[in-house]
Amino acid sequence: MEYAPALYSAAMRLTYNSADAEDLVQETYLKAYRSFRTFEEGTNLRAWLYRILTNTFINNYRSKQRRPEQDDIADVEDMYMYKNLGSLEIALAGRSAEDNLLERITDDEVKQAMAAIPETFRIPVYLADVEEFSYKEIADMLDVPIGTVMSRLHRGRKALHKLLFDYATEHGLVPADRETEPANHG
Amino acid sequence: MADCEDTLRELQLFLAKELSPRTQTAIASHLDGCTDCLQAFDFHAELKSVIARKAREQTMPEGLMARIQECFTLEQTSPFDQQSPFDRPSPFSG
Repeated sequence: MEYAPALYSAAMRLTYNSADAEDLVQETYLKAYRSFRTFEEGTNLRAWLYRILTNTFINNYRSKQRRPEQDDIADVEDMYMYKNLGSLEIALAGRSAEDNLLERITDDEVKQAMAAIPETFRIPVYLADVEEFSYKEIADMLDVPIGTVMSRLHRGRKALHKLLFDYATEHGLVPADRETEPANHG
Repeated sequence: MADCEDTLRELQLFLAKELSPRTQTAIASHLDGCTDCLQAFDFHAELKSVIARKAREQTMPEGLMARIQECFTLEQTSPFDQQSPFDRPSPFSG
């Protein structure tokens, strides 16, 4: 059960509730155990477990949480965070870790920012950028075309990065009244 | 030869290693000679790694492993399940 801690982590980013996350992981293992004969040997066990986890979440927990699926997300300019923060980050690069702006964003802020992204977008972003599944694996897990995965990743990432930039600004990591000198790719 | 616009458009696919080897190489060679694009790529690579690290739950509740093990045991002794699901070794027992 080497994947249990990672599955629990994913379950937390889906449910944001430790009791639900525990139930979800337990249910995932139970389903995996029961349907193990359908697992094709030689294929990716880890991806198969995440497929069970995300499907169980989508089918059971989302309705329980009374949060309807949201397919819409505010559109954000491409590379918004980089354009607004990039030059400052570059100016500080190479100094100590405490000077690294991105490192100053806390774990809680990243988790909160993820929570604010509708699941339709959050699930692929988590699977791609945290778990590093391939786009094809994610498409198979979610039963959607790979183009849909790519478009959700594109929009989900932009929204996530914007939220993280907003946290950085709120917490004074970026002076709010600072005239941002745009990075070269403006 | 990829220009800046092509390169930046493929940024996320490049970082996710989703490009064809040929495009991956074209982007990499553009980055070798273009500081502006390289900065944008470095920034996003770092952002991705910060998010990956900080989005993760660092600890799992203590009893969870035991709960999972317990429900496997219950399954094995269930009178409704005559046929063992283990026709071959399970990867879950490890």
